[in-house]
Amino acid sequence: MPTFAYAPAPESRAVVDLRSSYGLFVDGEFSPAADGASFKTASPATEEVLAEVAEAGPADVDRAVAAARRAYDRIWSRMSGAQRGKYLFRIARIMAERSRELAVTETLDNGKPIRESRDVDIPTAAAFFFSYAGWADKLEHAGLGPDPRPLGVAGQVIPWNFPLLMLSWKIAPALACGNTVVLKPAETTPLTALLFAEICQQADLPPGVVNILTGGGATGQALVEHAGVDKVAFTGSTAVGKAIARSVAGSRKKVTLELGGKAANVVFDDAPIDQAVEGIVNGIFFNQGHVCCAGSRLLVQENVADDVVERLERRLGTLRLGDPLDKNTDVGAINSAEQLSRITELVQAGEAEGATRWSAACDLPEKGYWFPPTVFTGVSASHRIAREEIFGPVLSVLTFRTPAEAVAKANNTPYGLSAGVWSEKGSRILWMADRLRAGVVWANTFNRFDPTSPFGGYGESGYGREGGRHGLAAYLTTTQGDAV
Amino acid sequence: MVSTTTATAPPADPLATAREIVGTSSLDEKSLRRFLHGLPGVDQVGAEQRAATLGTRSIKRESKAWALELAVRMVDLTTLEGSDTPGKVAALCAKASRPDPFDATCPPVAAVCVYNDLVGIAVRQLAGTGVKVAAVATAFPSGRASMRVKLADTADAVDAGADEIDMVIDRGAFLSGRYLQVLEEVAAVREQCVRPGGEPAHLKVILETGELATYDNVRRASWLAMLGGADFVKTSTGKISPAATLPVTMVMLEAVRDWRAATGAMVGVKPAGGIRTAKDAVKHLVVVNETAGEDWLDPDWFRFGASTLLNDLLLQRQRMASGRYSGPHYVTLD
Amino acid sequence: MSPTAARRSASRRSGTDERVAVRKTYKLYVGGAFPRSESGRSYVVTDARGRFLANAAMGSRKDARDAVVAARAAAPGWVAATAYNRGQVLYRVAELMEGRRAQFVDEVAAGEGLRRPQAGRVVDAAIDRWVWYAGWTDKVAQVAGSANPVAGPYFNLSVPEPTGVVALLAPQRSSLLGLVCVLAPVLAAGNVAVVLTSTERPLPAVTLAEVLATSDVPGGVVNVLTGDTAEVAPWLASHMDVNAIDLAGAAHLDWADLERAAAENLKRVLRPAPTADGGEPTWDAVPDGPARILAFCETKTVWHPKGL
Repeated sequence: MPTFAYAPAPESRAVVDLRSSYGLFVDGEFSPAADGASFKTASPATEEVLAEVAEAGPADVDRAVAAARRAYDRIWSRMSGAQRGKYLFRIARIMAERSRELAVTETLDNGKPIRESRDVDIPTAAAFFFSYAGWADKLEHAGLGPDPRPLGVAGQVIPWNFPLLMLSWKIAPALACGNTVVLKPAETTPLTALLFAEICQQADLPPGVVNILTGGGATGQALVEHAGVDKVAFTGSTAVGKAIARSVAGSRKKVTLELGGKAANVVFDDAPIDQAVEGIVNGIFFNQGHVCCAGSRLLVQENVADDVVERLERRLGTLRLGDPLDKNTDVGAINSAEQLSRITELVQAGEAEGATRWSAACDLPEKGYWFPPTVFTGVSASHRIAREEIFGPVLSVLTFRTPAEAVAKANNTPYGLSAGVWSEKGSRILWMADRLRAGVVWANTFNRFDPTSPFGGYGESGYGREGGRHGLAAYLTTTQGDAV
Repeated sequence: MVSTTTATAPPADPLATAREIVGTSSLDEKSLRRFLHGLPGVDQVGAEQRAATLGTRSIKRESKAWALELAVRMVDLTTLEGSDTPGKVAALCAKASRPDPFDATCPPVAAVCVYNDLVGIAVRQLAGTGVKVAAVATAFPSGRASMRVKLADTADAVDAGADEIDMVIDRGAFLSGRYLQVLEEVAAVREQCVRPGGEPAHLKVILETGELATYDNVRRASWLAMLGGADFVKTSTGKISPAATLPVTMVMLEAVRDWRAATGAMVGVKPAGGIRTAKDAVKHLVVVNETAGEDWLDPDWFRFGASTLLNDLLLQRQRMASGRYSGPHYVTLD
Repeated sequence: MSPTAARRSASRRSGTDERVAVRKTYKLYVGGAFPRSESGRSYVVTDARGRFLANAAMGSRKDARDAVVAARAAAPGWVAATAYNRGQVLYRVAELMEGRRAQFVDEVAAGEGLRRPQAGRVVDAAIDRWVWYAGWTDKVAQVAGSANPVAGPYFNLSVPEPTGVVALLAPQRSSLLGLVCVLAPVLAAGNVAVVLTSTERPLPAVTLAEVLATSDVPGGVVNVLTGDTAEVAPWLASHMDVNAIDLAGAAHLDWADLERAAAENLKRVLRPAPTADGGEPTWDAVPDGPARILAFCETKTVWHPKGL
């Protein structure tokens, strides 16, 4: 009997015309790093080098911050909100026009499935610009205090898991509020930020309002520590977030941090079970688990644990891992060799500590960085895989008996970014939502994002919110003191 | 543990399995209600998202040819009009046994589905073709008749030689919570399907999901039909909109999947009404494959109740064979 | 009897059988009780002209540790109280302060070197500030929360929630009004507090603690430590079970160090307000909005599908 095989249905790369090398985007133009340094960015799925990009050093950071300051003083902070907003609307439209190109580039550079970059990353990124564009001339109506004013120059550092989406979360509210920005994309995923720089050019955005500096950790550090920066916004690891919090101590820089997580996804015995299984899968295997809010700890009520795990494993058997450009791919490549080795190390620790490992039977491609969807059962709260952020497609399953125990276990972490609850009982959902210490609680759903919905963590998951009216507060000050 | 035979003679005690699954020594309204309302709920938004995601799968060229062929073999070519005549049915039967007059390699469809007064002509027309005859019964489509009339209706069809009986459940009874009545009707019709000395007619139970309002009800009604002894659960009569939708089919496939896990027996699924394009049909097959598994990718376990779908499947077959887009004059009118 | 009055009566030595005043012992307030410092230490508190007022307890790092434990234990109850109830509790504090107005006036006048009418205005403002924040408790979620119109079939709601245990370095100069200005908003949101009082002017804070003890504020919700801010603050700043720190009273210290220590568990840090002279603000004006409440709130956003 013929098999019911899905096609390799690869998205065409023809829509992408990458240059062989990219400079830094400062003051509206691309230029090489002052010291000529550069690095290569590669596809994690094939290890093919995609382009060479400039590596910004301290002199470049100086130049970019100065350009942002000039643009702030002379143009952007003086422009009416209505005019600023129109630039943002323009950007949103151009992003939509170039969405296919952006999606393919994102998938090439990041390794995520094209289905996700096409259906989630790029449309949501454009939506952030569209949504915040409308705020630009309505800031006094945001209820954040009298006479809202921009902060100045924002230094922004973003991670590699949602490159363009994180860029939009950072740049859209900053510009809407009248700030100018210097943004550093992640070292392994600089390309869509550079395409975004071209979009700024196409939109005729005044030079210096947006500056993009590519580079590694040192570039980011130089940026956030730069004396000319008034506002620091960072998304990334908790360790780096703490270092940033220390580095700005004693200054008047405002900071927002969106850091790691170890979210509990709590499944009660009265959950809508098929959707819960989908939610668990989406919670941890979406974007290869490279999601700070991933539902990496499954807390399932003991009386349905076996059933849920069985359904989960059956469902994982249908996940398709492979070429990220294939429209049928569910699980793409791990973003880097470094990340792969971290995942591998933690999974080995899980096995060594006595948890039971189950991995979906996937053929892993020979080239590139891959890890099969993996579930650990028999996990104790003290195991490393139950405490540390793995940032990969690895789920730890723990059980609970009562709602109070579920809450206690869910909250037993220094993090507090997100949580999930699955139950058909409304009052229990609300009871749980009240008690879970997390910035986002997804009830009977998981991993949903929207420009109007604030996102950000409790505790060591960072502070400040991105998205919605709350997201404006990070980029404004008012006469009642800093909006929070 | 997987039963792959298509028809088993009803056991001496047709509701023995039902009692075991429900966990009661005597089936009554209370125990049924407790069981059906103890089934996991279905979250509408999540279910629809999952179905929509599956709908974006694209399948391989060779698989697509196979899928189109499979879809043709799964069609219950249907005419259920007050204006149906022996002539119309005869034409339909001709098309069912040789759907594409230009292509002898095109397989016949699974069945022809008609009202029971036209079963006789269909049986004669289809003799020796392997195409089954399905009859709608039990006061189709509303089901609003006495049990006596419904059973007589069924007996007529069975006596006339129908291979398959598509019955409707009493949605009024279901929605008002009279689950035992629905169960007993299904079981009684199932008994009526028995043909002395021959294979019993297969029983397809139409839930009329468009009237059930929620996916929770679709899931409960699916289980109720299976408890009553259904060989197939079927979405719709085609007389009510919405008829078959991808998420409804998915929820029913989840039910038969879970039924097999519980009993070891397979039950088929038939979406009917509203599936008009080959693309829709292939999306359904993707959902079958990912939800219930490839065991269900067989006309014995999955059917499309349709009339216009067949022509689109044929057009797409022609397009795949020739590499050209085809047109409506290259397929026959029903 | 207030310290000033006590001192006055003690100095009247004309009649031998004149009544000797009963002085007050100024202690810490931890977990609803008034212990001395576990260290056994005390220090001399003087009035603005350097005259002896009292020996105050010299809170230690272990007292701070105990206070954090007490605060953490009290947190679940306080956060679970309805906003309306918290408003009533805060209003009750104002009522009780009003009853002790004379004592507060005496202490503020002595400690801050104000004339009594000036001190009276300060105490009135402090009482009124409680009333102002009492009114905020059930407004802040409406003002700072939102129903978010996401592009999909979801109910999506954002609400502010208390951060948890907040360490408050109370203003050094404005020993009562400044304290109330930083404490009341923290309580209004549903947080619990560990307060380091003004080092040199701690007495009104202890009297406020006595008010709190007799009010409806549950024990442990507010813990008051007198002593040397510079000595104890680093322990609170680095404490991993403290969620936030208000550096209002640290303008004169190297608060960058405190902020650095606070980064270890990513405490929410409210820096000293910038002022023209680098000192502390006067706290006179009614705030422009609920910023100090929201400084110690987290926004929680809840999603739920809408379906049949």
